[in-house]
Amino acid sequence: MLNRKDVLGLRDMSKEEILEILSVAKEMKQRIDHPHLRVDELRHTSIVTLFYENSTRTKTSFALAGKYLGATVQDLGIATSSVNKGESLIDTGKTLDQMGIEVMIMRNSLTGAPHVLARNVNAHVINAGDGSNEHPTQALLDLFTISEYKKSFEGLKVAIIGDISHSRVARSNVFGLQKLGADVTLAGPSTLLGSAQLLKVKTTSDIKEAVKDADVVMGLRIQFERQKTTNFPGIGEYRELFGINREILKYAKKDVLVMHPGPVNRGVELSTDVIDGGNSVINIQVKNGVAVRMAILKLLAKGGNQ
Amino acid sequence: MMKALLKGGRVINPATNTDAVMDLLVEDGKVTQWAEKIQEEADEVIDATGKWVVPGFIDVHVHLREPGFEYKETIRTGSQAAVMGGFTTICCMPNTEPVVDNEIMVEYIKLKADREGACHVLPIGAITKGQKGEELANIGQMVKAGACGISEDGKSVMNAGLLKTAMKYSKMFDIPVMSHCEDKSLVAGGVMNAGEQSTLLGLKGISNDSEDVMIARDIILARATGAKLHLCHVSTKGGIDLIRDAKSHGQEVSAEICPHHFTLSDRDVLDYDANTKMNPPLRSMDDVLALRQALKDDVVNIIATDHAPHSEDEKNCEYEKAAFGIVGLETAFTLGYTVLVKGDWLTPMQLVAKMSTNPAKLLGIEKGDISVGKAADITVIDPEKEYVIDAKNFASMGKNTPFDGWRVQGKVEYTLVDGKMKVKEGVLQ
Repeated sequence: MLNRKDVLGLRDMSKEEILEILSVAKEMKQRIDHPHLRVDELRHTSIVTLFYENSTRTKTSFALAGKYLGATVQDLGIATSSVNKGESLIDTGKTLDQMGIEVMIMRNSLTGAPHVLARNVNAHVINAGDGSNEHPTQALLDLFTISEYKKSFEGLKVAIIGDISHSRVARSNVFGLQKLGADVTLAGPSTLLGSAQLLKVKTTSDIKEAVKDADVVMGLRIQFERQKTTNFPGIGEYRELFGINREILKYAKKDVLVMHPGPVNRGVELSTDVIDGGNSVINIQVKNGVAVRMAILKLLAKGGNQ
Repeated sequence: MMKALLKGGRVINPATNTDAVMDLLVEDGKVTQWAEKIQEEADEVIDATGKWVVPGFIDVHVHLREPGFEYKETIRTGSQAAVMGGFTTICCMPNTEPVVDNEIMVEYIKLKADREGACHVLPIGAITKGQKGEELANIGQMVKAGACGISEDGKSVMNAGLLKTAMKYSKMFDIPVMSHCEDKSLVAGGVMNAGEQSTLLGLKGISNDSEDVMIARDIILARATGAKLHLCHVSTKGGIDLIRDAKSHGQEVSAEICPHHFTLSDRDVLDYDANTKMNPPLRSMDDVLALRQALKDDVVNIIATDHAPHSEDEKNCEYEKAAFGIVGLETAFTLGYTVLVKGDWLTPMQLVAKMSTNPAKLLGIEKGDISVGKAADITVIDPEKEYVIDAKNFASMGKNTPFDGWRVQGKVEYTLVDGKMKVKEGVLQ
């Protein structure tokens, strides 16, 4: 059981809670592969997705996770809702509360927005990504994927490479991996590392050093939409200095897992042969995303503290 | 003729370096007598035993929001908050709608303050028209109409040439140029101090250098022009070092520090509560200690609130969307007393000087002194009284404070403005 009302980030989640989610996710994954095992456990639960930022895979993943558990899932099309008429987040939340929504899944471009929503509604709030802060379900699905291939997180060498400063995925992964005992290195252009060293991880702008002996190499999408200023000269130079290709991967362990939260800028963060190569688990991450989200919905809706 | 007799209080008057227990008589708006014992009939007799009797506080940095933003604060409510906090004179910043960039706006605020205000209100004029940073505002005419200084408030005049011209021009009127120091290109969308806490919270940081570079620039331009520079809300250790350095070379640089900056650090930014969001932001503990030390060493001589009221909706929302600023008039003294005097950073005399006598000197006004013959702008404080700050009882329309629920010591009991009782036994009159 998750003894909490909301899932807002991994920074304030305990190791035990993380492991609990991973363990339930394993069971949930069976239900994706074998539809006859699906149980309508959440048939009395109504869920709404509120995506203030565009998303295909996360929103679909959450919606399917809810449906596989028998819940009613409604998307609040932000573009067509009263949000466009200037309604405040808190008012939107209170309105949904009154309609009997029990779980609100929100993505928002503003850091801390889910926390503000959570304080003001009775429903469970799940953060599907807030600003440059956290994306807890992505990190949990990454951890789940790693756990399927690696025996233990203890001492596991994980290199996360790319646009660190704008990446909520990197941050949630750091918080989660640290709690599980992994050894994390963040790498990218010095202008995209932000203040990551304050997260008490190794940081470097030398990609070979980052990848050396790594058990897991995670590429991050260059978030062109969050770049307000020029932080690097161009894609060509980025690819040459920070692109993960087959040559670079030679520095990692033989059985290295190559991961990416998607969507990939093919040929920029990762070369095409690496994306589609034998070490890549990028497609498995997508399936595991549904499993982990089912686990979270089940644990929250069935036992979470209201 | 109205007479008030303040009996047995500890009179702390920095202008005369007085700190002694005595009686004080106020007649017709002026202080007429100081003596160990005054035997006189009076309309109001205040037993000030065990209390401080000090010159009314002067705040050189207040936002009254009127005209244009009367839903946040008005001249009436803002000045009421002022007297509740022991202030008898407040200077209001020009970022209203329309901007105070001409003599008509100055006249308007003065008129409103005369009619509805609870204390003296001195408008500050903008440096450039519409605060746009393009052409000089009508500085001379504003001063003639009663503006006490000029400030671009809320931003720096980014064009150094224009600021230099404004500084030169200001010298004709002997007014302070009150500089908000911030290079927006370095702030880059930041909403709290850049550091470990912003990294943990995932909020964009405002680096110290965004403030320090402008402090350095403005000190250099003031040196070149001889203008009377006053640095608003200094929040960084680097800024303090620059001021200390300028002073060690004989340059006069005035500066203010806000109570929230010497009380809280960025560690107090928690759970995306926007009541900790202001500009400059709450800095690191290193900065906080440097600010306290600067006040102690008299490197910085003024405490000002940057009182910035906002409506509830502008604060109870997403942190990045929330408005910058907190209210300060009703908590300034008690924070100064609780943090700085009880914390052994300042003597009572220093605290009173930084809240009254020194601001008066900066503005060149006959205030901040309750010697015989001076205006009876007087504040009486109970330094022993402990209480819990309750924002919903503020006279200010703004309840946006991170200090709600704080237990503090030192309370304003009486405020007299020109001898008239505006606050009596802690209650607004």
